[in-house]
Amino acid sequence: MALSKIWVFGESSNGKATSTTLELLAKARELAGTVEVVATSADLAAEVGAHGATKVLVVGGTDGKLLGPAVAGAVAAAVAAGNGPDAVFLATSYDGRDVAGRLSVKLDAPVITNVVNLVERDGGLAGVVPVFGGTQDVYTKFTTDKTNLFLIRPKSFAAEESGGGAAAVEDLAAADNGATGAAVVTNRFVEEKTGPSLDDAAVVVAGGRGLGDKDNYALVENLAKQLGAAPGASRAIVDAGWVPYSYQVGQTGKVVKPDVYIAAGISGATQHLVGMKGSKHIIAINKDPEAPIFSVADLGIVGDVNKVLPKLLEALQAR
Amino acid sequence: MNVVVCVKQIPDPADPGALDPNTKTLKRDGKLILDESDSYGVEMALQLVDAAGGGEVTLVSMAPNGETAGLRTALAMGAAKAVLVSDDALQGSDALGTSKVLAKAIERAGQADLILTATESSDGYTGTVPEQIAELLSLPSVTFAKSITVDGSSVKVQRQTESGYDDVECPLPAVVSVTAGVVEPRYPSFKGIMAAKSKPVDQVGLGDLGVDAGSVGWAGAGQEIVEIATAEARAASTVVEDDGEAFQKIVDMLAELKIV
Ligand SMILES: Cc1cc2nc3c(=O)[nH]c(=O)nc-3n(C[C@H](O)[C@H](O)[C@H](O)COP(=O)(O)OP(=O)(O)OC[C@H]3O[C@@H](n4cnc5c(N)ncnc54)[C@H](O)[C@@H]3O)c2cc1C
Ligand SMILES: Nc1ncnc2c1ncn2[C@@H]1O[C@H](COP(=O)(O)O)[C@@H](O)[C@H]1O
Repeated sequence: MALSKIWVFGESSNGKATSTTLELLAKARELAGTVEVVATSADLAAEVGAHGATKVLVVGGTDGKLLGPAVAGAVAAAVAAGNGPDAVFLATSYDGRDVAGRLSVKLDAPVITNVVNLVERDGGLAGVVPVFGGTQDVYTKFTTDKTNLFLIRPKSFAAEESGGGAAAVEDLAAADNGATGAAVVTNRFVEEKTGPSLDDAAVVVAGGRGLGDKDNYALVENLAKQLGAAPGASRAIVDAGWVPYSYQVGQTGKVVKPDVYIAAGISGATQHLVGMKGSKHIIAINKDPEAPIFSVADLGIVGDVNKVLPKLLEALQAR
Repeated sequence: MNVVVCVKQIPDPADPGALDPNTKTLKRDGKLILDESDSYGVEMALQLVDAAGGGEVTLVSMAPNGETAGLRTALAMGAAKAVLVSDDALQGSDALGTSKVLAKAIERAGQADLILTATESSDGYTGTVPEQIAELLSLPSVTFAKSITVDGSSVKVQRQTESGYDDVECPLPAVVSVTAGVVEPRYPSFKGIMAAKSKPVDQVGLGDLGVDAGSVGWAGAGQEIVEIATAEARAASTVVEDDGEAFQKIVDMLAELKIV
């Protein structure tokens, strides 16, 4: 084992650990003897314990605040006191990136970002980062003995229970973050979304600019409904205001790994591919035979989405 | 109100370049352009200064070889001036090194009420620079802004979340990172393009900023690439031309996979 202690930044939504938190725990357990979670609430203790964390280190006083300064401050203080870990794993999430950026400066240590795998190299850890639309993998290692900071993409690993009991809860002493912690959350808005979520749907039907018109997105929604699938989108149509941001698949949206991904009128830009390339089966419909999406598709249909989708829907309804 | 916008000048994404096998970094020759992701910050800054009824927008950029092509685009949109950091010692800088330089350049740009960046650059996409700058400047920050309003001495931001957005309030000065689509960037007018040619670009090196060359560039990057491997390719695909019946192929595949 290359490292003795790894801390995982534990995130939650609605009182439950995010799936990425549990994925990171599975990998951390494989790489280090001791795995502990840094979180802003003790709520996660049972869940992360069942996934192999022995402790939850709670950073207090973050209610109504953005988490970056407080969590980074507390972790940096622990490192300074000699109680820090060898590595910190954080998810490429909103708060994960905030914490990593702040922590990097506090420790004067770089972050390896966009990591999709971690491997042992010469007694240390190397982060595997895909480049050029995932055609090449770059392995990067730290050259200093500072705390190794990794920002890891969602769905890089499979979550796995360890059979462990609830994690012990301890406080992680807060640091004085001066003016940096002054941003406060005054209100939270949750967009209503029914049906399966992009995160765990077995089938995703995603639409892009090739649909031609906002109203045609209904084709995608109807097909999704018929298949019990989650509807998704390229950034082009999110930016155009056809669908909310929460539908976006890709580098700046969701990473999805369904059994089947259907891309309708999506060109397959590298930033889109990184969000869906891991799908088990990919079906693409695009009128341009040269569209890059075909390079990752198992089944490619060169044709007009607005002709293929209605017929497909009709055939499925008739079954 | 004075707003500083960090703008990265990048190789044209339509022509992505290649990894240099010797230095194991991206080869960057040829002309650079304004990262589209930063055009949103520039537009936002111009609108905020307008709404405040006074002040100016200053650009800050770090780029090799005294590159100004991307800066001129942003100046043509309406920014007043720019600070450009260009120094051979910066080659190989990672996000932390870049942030150290940008933080000093922001200070040089003058008293800023608000500092804008994109959430991530199109070529590097580490997405850590905004928070690193904020921490180096000891400022509060709000990331992933999809809307920004300034109200006297504080900024109100709708911050994107997994499931919607949070309203966040933060005292100024602050660093805010903006998402693509936060505003619609304007096209530079002919007049703007002409005016941009004579707008001041303060080109500086590490010495001018008081940044230690050992803390940036190759020397300061605490990481190294140990291997570049070709990723596993997906199995070959079946591509068919739609003859009006291609939908049946999809039905068959879904049936075979027991989805339907
Ligand atoms: C920093 C950064 C981050 C990004 N993050 C993301 C991200 O997270 N997710 C994302 O998706 N993108 C992202 N992008 C944008 C990405 O580069 C592309 O611009 C975007 O994915 C294109 O969306 P699209 O495929 O819908 O549109 P287009 O690229 O315009 O493609 C439309 C496609 O539809 C086809 N078409 C047109 N008409 C028809 C028809 N009638 N029938 C069938 N096909 C048709 C065309 O041949 C074309 O291939 C990002 C970009 C940057 C710079
Ligand atoms: N060299 C640079 N010059 C100016 N701004 C930069 C530079 N690098 C990063 N930035 C800013 O920081 C944002 C995030 O960059 P990154 O963390 O590299 O993804 C960019 O979109 C820019 O706004």
